[in-house]
Amino acid sequence: MRKDLNIDVHHLTRVEGHGNIVVNMKNGVLQKAELDIVEAPRFFEAMLKGRNFMEVAIITSRICGICSLGHQIASLKATEKALGLEVSGQTKILRRILTDGATFQSNTLHALFLAAPDFLEVGSVFPLVNTHKDVVLAALRLKRLANDIGDVISGRAIHPIRCVPGGFTMLPREKELKALQERLKTEGMTDIRFIVDVIASLADKIPAFNRETEYISLTSEEEYAFYDGVICSSDTGTYPVENYLDITNEFVVAHSSSKHARFNRSSYMVGALARFNNNHKQLHPFAGEVAKKLGLSAPCFNPYMNTVAQLVEVAHCIENSIMLMDRLLSDGIRFEKPNQTPAQYGRGIAATEVPRGILFHDYTYNRQGNIVKANCIIPTGQNLENIDDDMKKLVPEVIDESKEEITHKLEMLVRSYDPCISCSVHMLDVQFIEE
Amino acid sequence: MSKPRIAFFDFTSCEGCQLNKLNLENDLLSLLELVDIVEFREAMDDTADTYDVAFIEGSISTPTCVKRIYDIRRRAKVLVSLGSCAVLGGVNAMKNLQPADWVQEAVYGEDKYLFPSMPVQPVSAYVKVDYEIRGCPMSTPEFLHVLKSIVLGRKPEIFDHAVCVECKLHENECVLDKGMFCLGPVSRAGCEAICPENGQYCTGCRGLVSNANIAGAVGMLKRHGFSEQEARKKLQMYSSLNKLVNEAECRHA
Repeated sequence: MRKDLNIDVHHLTRVEGHGNIVVNMKNGVLQKAELDIVEAPRFFEAMLKGRNFMEVAIITSRICGICSLGHQIASLKATEKALGLEVSGQTKILRRILTDGATFQSNTLHALFLAAPDFLEVGSVFPLVNTHKDVVLAALRLKRLANDIGDVISGRAIHPIRCVPGGFTMLPREKELKALQERLKTEGMTDIRFIVDVIASLADKIPAFNRETEYISLTSEEEYAFYDGVICSSDTGTYPVENYLDITNEFVVAHSSSKHARFNRSSYMVGALARFNNNHKQLHPFAGEVAKKLGLSAPCFNPYMNTVAQLVEVAHCIENSIMLMDRLLSDGIRFEKPNQTPAQYGRGIAATEVPRGILFHDYTYNRQGNIVKANCIIPTGQNLENIDDDMKKLVPEVIDESKEEITHKLEMLVRSYDPCISCSVHMLDVQFIEE
Repeated sequence: MSKPRIAFFDFTSCEGCQLNKLNLENDLLSLLELVDIVEFREAMDDTADTYDVAFIEGSISTPTCVKRIYDIRRRAKVLVSLGSCAVLGGVNAMKNLQPADWVQEAVYGEDKYLFPSMPVQPVSAYVKVDYEIRGCPMSTPEFLHVLKSIVLGRKPEIFDHAVCVECKLHENECVLDKGMFCLGPVSRAGCEAICPENGQYCTGCRGLVSNANIAGAVGMLKRHGFSEQEARKKLQMYSSLNKLVNEAECRHA
């Protein structure tokens, strides 16, 4: 059996942001197995200090290009709670469709463009253009369709424009929504069916590795929760969103510019697999079929299956947005102005499921409607300790394989979490000093 | 002629501009016929030693960033900064407005020494930049325009007129006349006034036009009922490193 092993993957590829994998085994003792986060910190809290409630979501959107919509939604909800701004049922439905679109987009990008090359044993999606052109084209069409949901409803899929406190600056026209819904029903359903068949044929490329952990996500009685709900732990049940600090318990570690988190165990997992494990009963029928076809059943303790859970969610989000558009179209879109007259000033805490997991924004506003305190806890930060724990279990299990194979399995493991490292280093707890 | 070898690098940013390229969906395949992408960490494993064109996203904010950008410049024939973070320092630069020690300590507490950070600067503060693509996020048509121009050996068109010009061409009602705040009169265009088009005000994400009259803009915003302080704060969202904004600040302080 191998006694010594040294792995140092500098700037892991095909993930968002900068991370290194460091594994060190000496005389058969694993000394280090960790994901180092070396992304430059950005200090968004310093940027938010003193900013007016109308600007906050514009700034927090810039935490991350991939999750910009999710950050906006969580940010707007926190601001609305703090200022007592009620939003209409129509706004909530439009935001739900946007959340579906953003999850659809991001999950597609990760599963088909960043993770899939691993299953096909190539270094990126680009060589697949020649070898698997029909798959790449279907994947590109799906991504375009997902982005079009963002473009039509929020004006721009990356850094949305129309979402503001209290509602929208502009509403989509019924004609546009109808056309979009039609494309989801035809093109979207056809392409996702085709992609699922392709991925099902590659199922044996997913490493068999299991480690049970605590799964944390939002949960809601109404639906498979993305937009809203209460916190759910697979170990100990539900908690109000306001208690989020008791769940996340952030701590600083030397090897990561992003803080780590833990709750009932040494670590917990958030993201598609956590949502699937906690809420799988609420998936739409087609998504349930996709899960079955791809061999995913709850509870699943294999973190590599997170990518598969993402595809199941793509199917769910397509179905769900078609349904929500039906609701909007049958009622007709009403013109309404965003409600931006604060009823109060104070603290607001909100959570939203973004593609990588549960996201918390927590703001306190002064009487001028300016930020005095802000805290955001990002999904990737919450997953980091869990990734380290996975690596510590995985390395001894595969220690007799070649170094290249071990490295590849570790890279795939980190990638399967779809880490968003830019996000994770940007928002950390801070108390602003009042001027 | 062999295909130009292009590479993408990310520094301190949200990586939204890079993502926007992956959103080229319809044009991505034809783009690949035109150029060879030799390095793009967010999407591929490969790396290369030299580049015909290096696109840089993000601002420079740590000692490691400085080393990396010098190294890339040495190996790149043409260097293009991509997006507001790279061109202007972007929203990141707002951090510079707060005392450095407080910023570090507020986030990491006594562990602040683990994660060195410096004042945020645009790429051009450290190395020669050949072309700039502005925007937060950058617009994909503009990116394609610049890339095509470089490949054809032409100089890409540079926009240096105000957002108001494009907004008028789109026949929008004036944002200020609607009673909203707007930085359109002094902000650099090229965005087709996308924010006013969608009912929002212009945040000046492409920075200011080169001959911006800041004092005039502040005076005009005051006439529309916005305080000097608010005007200044909003100008700082993207242009806190612009000398014009800082001078105006002194004049009105």
